[in-house]
Amino acid sequence: MLLYTLKRLLYVTPVAIGVSIVCFLLIHITPGDPLSAILPSDAPLELQIQMRAAYGFDKPLWMQYGLWFWKVLHGDLGTSIATGRPVAAEVTRAVGNTLILATVATLIGFTLGTFFGFVAGYFRDSPLDKLASAVSVLGVSVPHYWLGMVLVIIFSAQLGWLPPTGAGPDGSSNWRPDPEHLRYIILPALTMSVIPMGVIARTVRALVADILGQEFVQALRAKGLAEYGVFRHVVTNAAPTALAVMGLQLGYLLGGSILIETVFSWPGTGFLLNAAIFQRDLPLLQGTILVLAMFFVALNLAVDVLQTALDPRIERA
Amino acid sequence: MAVLSDIRIDAPAAVPLRAGRGYWASVLQRLLRDPVAVAAGCVILTIVLAAIFAPWIAPGDPYKGAMLRRLKPIGDAMYLLGSDELGRDMLTRLIYGGRLSLFMGVMPVVFAFVIGSTLGIFAGYVGGWVNMAVMRVIDVFYAFPSVLLAIALSGALGAGITNAVVSLTIVFVPPITRVAESVTTQIRTRDYVEAARVSGAGAPTIIRVHVLGNVLGPIFVYATSLISVSMILASGLSFLGLGSKPPEPEWGLMLNTLRTAIYVQPAVAALPGVMIFITSISFNLLSDGLRSAMEVRS
Repeated sequence: MLLYTLKRLLYVTPVAIGVSIVCFLLIHITPGDPLSAILPSDAPLELQIQMRAAYGFDKPLWMQYGLWFWKVLHGDLGTSIATGRPVAAEVTRAVGNTLILATVATLIGFTLGTFFGFVAGYFRDSPLDKLASAVSVLGVSVPHYWLGMVLVIIFSAQLGWLPPTGAGPDGSSNWRPDPEHLRYIILPALTMSVIPMGVIARTVRALVADILGQEFVQALRAKGLAEYGVFRHVVTNAAPTALAVMGLQLGYLLGGSILIETVFSWPGTGFLLNAAIFQRDLPLLQGTILVLAMFFVALNLAVDVLQTALDPRIERA
Repeated sequence: MAVLSDIRIDAPAAVPLRAGRGYWASVLQRLLRDPVAVAAGCVILTIVLAAIFAPWIAPGDPYKGAMLRRLKPIGDAMYLLGSDELGRDMLTRLIYGGRLSLFMGVMPVVFAFVIGSTLGIFAGYVGGWVNMAVMRVIDVFYAFPSVLLAIALSGALGAGITNAVVSLTIVFVPPITRVAESVTTQIRTRDYVEAARVSGAGAPTIIRVHVLGNVLGPIFVYATSLISVSMILASGLSFLGLGSKPPEPEWGLMLNTLRTAIYVQPAVAALPGVMIFITSISFNLLSDGLRSAMEVRS
C-alpha cells in the first residue's frame, strides 16, 4: 500500500509540474504585452523598461518560470493588479466558499445519483429503469447555468421563498452554517448537484447491473441468502467505484463552479475568476487557476489511493 | 475447392474495407430501429436546417429592435415567442442563434477529433518513448477539470468566437487522444497486423487498411458523446461574456442579456436555455443510440 502510494506520488509529480507550466504560460498566451494591463499605452519607454525589469519580463522565459515557481512553492502567488492585495489571500478567502458549495452539491448529487442508479440497475429494463435513466440523461445534458436561472425564477422571483443571489444576508461574503446562511446555499447547491447526480446515477446503474449479472450473486441466491443480504453484497462491490466517481466529481465542481457562482453571485473562486478575466487581472487569474488545478491533481491522487485501499481487487502494479 | 470457399472465417477486420462497409450499414440499420435515437436525430436535423435556412424561415430581423415593444410575453400578437430586452423578436433570434451556438459547440469536437485521433493513433502505433512523450503531455492537460481549462484558456486569450473555439478544442483533444491511443495500442498487437507487417506492408498501408478501419469507429462514437458537453460549455463561455459579442444572436449570450428580465418576463428569459437544453440532450441521446448500435460487434 505504501509502495503504491509512493509510486502514485512519483507519477503525479511531473504532472503537477506540467500543470504549473501551463498556468505559468497562461500569462504569455494573452494577446499583447502582459504589462499592458498596468501601464497606459503611451507610457514613456524608460518606464516601460523599468517595469519590465521589475516584473522580470526581461529575463528568458525559463528563468521567469523558475523564479515564479520558487515563489509559488513559498506561497507567494503574486499581487492582484486590481486590488493590490496578495493573490494567495484572495484565493484562500474564496476557495472556502467554493469548497462548501461544491461539497454540499456533491453530497446531494451522490445521494440522489446512487438512489436512481440502484433503482435503475436493480430493475433493469423496467419502467422504473427507464425513468431513472431519463433523469440521469437530463442531469448530464442540462445547461446548469440555465437551470440555476430557472430555479431563481421559480423559487425567488415567483414564490419568494429563497434569496436569488449572495452567500448570506447583507451581502455576507463568508458562508457560515447558521439558519440564515443556510437559505442562501440551497438554490446554488441544488443547481450544482444535478451534474454529479447524472454522472453517478449512470455509473452506479452500470455497476449494479454488472454485479447482478455475475456468478457469485447467483451463488448467493442459490444458497438461499435473503434479498437484503444480496443487496449488501452489491453495495460492497459497487462502493469503491461509486465513491471514486464522487471524489472526482467534487474536483470537477470545484473547477467548474464559475458559471453557477456567476448566476448566484456566490463569493467563491468562480466569482474571483470572473472578476480577474474582465479586469484583465492576470496574476489573479493565474493564481486562482493554479490553486484549483493543483487541488484537482491532489484530489485525483487521494481518490486513487483510497480506491485501492478500499478495493483490493485493483492491481497495484 | 468449393468446400474450402464455403468455410467462413469470422474475422471481419481481416478484410476491413468490404466488411467495414457492411458493418456501418448494419449500424445505421440498427440505429434507425431505435425510436429514441431517431427522434433525437430528427430534432437535431430540424434545428440545423432552421439555422442554415434562417433568413428564409425567421419571421423577422434578428438585429432590429423596437424600444416601445420590449419584453413582450410569449404568444404576443406581433411576437410569437415574445420579444427581448431590446424589443427584438425572440423566435427570429432563437432560429438565428442556432447558427453560432451549433458552430461553437460542434466545431471544437470536430477539430479535436481530427487532432486527437492523429496524435493518439500516431502515439499508439509508434509506441515506445514517442508514446510516452505524447501521452505525458496529454496527461498534463487531462489534469485540469474541463470547465476550468476552457475558462483559463479563453480568459487568457480574451473574448471572441475564434478564441472560444480554440480553447474548447484544446479541452477536448486530451480525452480523444487517450481513447485513440488506447484503442490503437490494442489493435497494433493483433495477429492480423503482425501478419500484414510480416508480409511486407509498410506502416502507412497498415495504418490505412488495418488500424484506421478498426480505430475510427470507437473514437467517433466517443467524440459524438462530447458534443453535448461542448454545446453547454460553448454557450456557457458566451454566457460569461467570453464567446460571441452583442448584438450577435447566440443562445448563451441571449440567456445572459435576458437575466435582468427574469422578474418581468421569466418565460421569455428562459427560452434560450431551453434551446441549449434540447440540443444538448438530443446529441446525448443520439450518441447513446449510436453507441449501442455499434456495441453488437463485441
